[in-house]
Amino acid sequence: MSSDGRKPRIAVFKFASCDGCQLSLLDAEDELLAVAGAVEIAWFPEASRRMAKGPYDIALVEGSITTHHDAEAIQRIRRQAKTLVTIGACATAGGIQALRNWHDTAEWVRYVYAKPDFISTLKTSTPVAEHVPVDFELRGCPINKHQLIELISAMLAGRKPNIPTYSLCLECKRRGNTCVMVACGTPCLGPATQAGCGAICPSMQRGCYGCFGPMESANGPSLASQFRLLGCTREQVERAFRSYNGWAWPFRKVFEEAPKP
Amino acid sequence: MTPTESGPAVKPGINKIEVPVLARVEGEGELHIKTKGGRILDLKVSIPEPPRLFESFLRGRHFMEAPDITARICGICPIAYQMSAVHALERALGVSVPPSIRSLRRLFYCGEWIESHVLHIFFLHLPDFLGCQDAFEVAAKNAEAVRMALRLKKLGNEIVRVLGGREIHPVSACVGGFYRVPRKEELEALAPELEWALQASLEAVTLTASLEFPDFEQDYEFVALSHPGEYAMNEGRIVSNRGLDIDAAEFEEHIVEQHVKHSNALHSVMRERGSYMVGPLARFNLNYGQLTEQARRAAEQARLEPPVRNPFKSIVVRAVETVFACEEALRIIAAYEPPPVPRVEVKPREASGAAATEAPRGLLYHRYSVDADGLITGARIVPPTAQNLRRMEEDLWNYVPALLELDNEQIAWRAEQAIRNYDPCISCATHFLKVRRE
Repeated sequence: MSSDGRKPRIAVFKFASCDGCQLSLLDAEDELLAVAGAVEIAWFPEASRRMAKGPYDIALVEGSITTHHDAEAIQRIRRQAKTLVTIGACATAGGIQALRNWHDTAEWVRYVYAKPDFISTLKTSTPVAEHVPVDFELRGCPINKHQLIELISAMLAGRKPNIPTYSLCLECKRRGNTCVMVACGTPCLGPATQAGCGAICPSMQRGCYGCFGPMESANGPSLASQFRLLGCTREQVERAFRSYNGWAWPFRKVFEEAPKP
Repeated sequence: MTPTESGPAVKPGINKIEVPVLARVEGEGELHIKTKGGRILDLKVSIPEPPRLFESFLRGRHFMEAPDITARICGICPIAYQMSAVHALERALGVSVPPSIRSLRRLFYCGEWIESHVLHIFFLHLPDFLGCQDAFEVAAKNAEAVRMALRLKKLGNEIVRVLGGREIHPVSACVGGFYRVPRKEELEALAPELEWALQASLEAVTLTASLEFPDFEQDYEFVALSHPGEYAMNEGRIVSNRGLDIDAAEFEEHIVEQHVKHSNALHSVMRERGSYMVGPLARFNLNYGQLTEQARRAAEQARLEPPVRNPFKSIVVRAVETVFACEEALRIIAAYEPPPVPRVEVKPREASGAAATEAPRGLLYHRYSVDADGLITGARIVPPTAQNLRRMEEDLWNYVPALLELDNEQIAWRAEQAIRNYDPCISCATHFLKVRRE
């Protein structure tokens, strides 16, 4: 990546999230030491006390933007990062906490906290791409650690990462699963969801719940009408589409008109 | 906090020790210590982790979604959230599961305990004891120990993956049982590596027991689940060394959450008694007699006798619990017979119920109310780190004065080490919260 022979500098940042996506790097037990040897881990507080200032060659960003402070911080991070990659559903689509975007956040804060005045939060949880340009989005709640290693390797080698954008159904078929929707009538978001997890839910005889977010050109409305044919109520369909990636437009548009330009 | 922010100006005569980004903890934390003339004026572990408001958006969701949704509170201990959620909802809905499901849940938890404990011992805590900034520096000195740790951690993850499909936010656990249970051969395939892991975790006990520990003991109230027949993970009463002995349904009568301005997660305190400690030290001290044989022998060899009151020794206790989890996993696998059905049917009804289970870092309490359609109408979640926060600060108030001869960087580092004794999971503690900064 760097032409001057120095090791590329990697930084890992966190906003509103569960830590699981950055943990995926530490969960890559077979590759971790090799990755640590190939790069300079310049900013990764979850793993190291050593914290070096930017600029960084690669910034991996976990979490959604939910506070004024974080909305400013992501601007600074973008200025310091040559390549900015969002890791996971929170950073890429706003995460499960984006459910607030359809509700009264002030009431929600009052429900959780005795002293809501102490709490400073935005009314919305938004993906990083609504704030700054993003160079690559790694999907999943959580991301797949093999995809993360593939992405880092590709960036170090200066090639395009091999990360498919087709639907979960392809992975599911390749595993030899019987289709849970066709055979059992179980609502499954697989046909509209991007592959990457290995079709683990249908392999457990349950429907996909869409944690990798919409596939390229997903047809949410069509899948929603199929759910209705299977006997789901409108509320059930809404809950199915509004979860970990609910704020991603291809899932939102099942229930919403396109925003006016 | 990002690298370009700078701290506030310092008043004359006042020494400010600032750790703007707490490293090697899960989530975002800060430490502020103010001293003057060899005395602590102020000390705060504050938490800028943004609020996510889980308890609010759980309302209106179906109860079958609760284990998957609450797992997202914490990527480090998702199984803890899934287990507390399924138990609370099963208690609410009057469901009991067959013994083989119960055992599988225990095995699931063993996987998480191994993964989480090994991560904390070797990657988050050990570097402090060796004067290293991170595990990569430790690896430069002792590559074998770090490789052993990675292999152990991988095994913990593998148990979770076999049962749940993936390591983080696994997808198999549900109210009533599992969506799919493994075949016996799938579990038996884990046994050889578990045999190795048992030996490796015994080495981890020896290694951690040989570290140097600050001479620091505190008189804690230890709180953990306790079960008559086993080292408690999923079921039991909530007990303490000061006479607490309650069902999870009584938790909120005895434990109150205080919303403190400076610290950005709610602090839990025992009504009329104050702070308390949950986690490995509490479990070890309260349930020592129920540890498996090799775990107890390892503890004896490490000269750990309950009650262990030195929080720095929690690193050894985690290693002992890792030995326990390996032995327990082997026992469960050997005895496993798949249940007749992976899950029992659960019918919704208007009800509420509470349960607590033992997350790697301590007691995790969930309470839910559901309506006749199975939609959640109320939820309360009290994570272990919120319960430990008050106690963590008290440790610092008592520990830092002895350090004041040192320079600020050393004071900060030692104080951080004392915080890491608790393996704090700030993402959990703050699954809701952000308090305004000073």
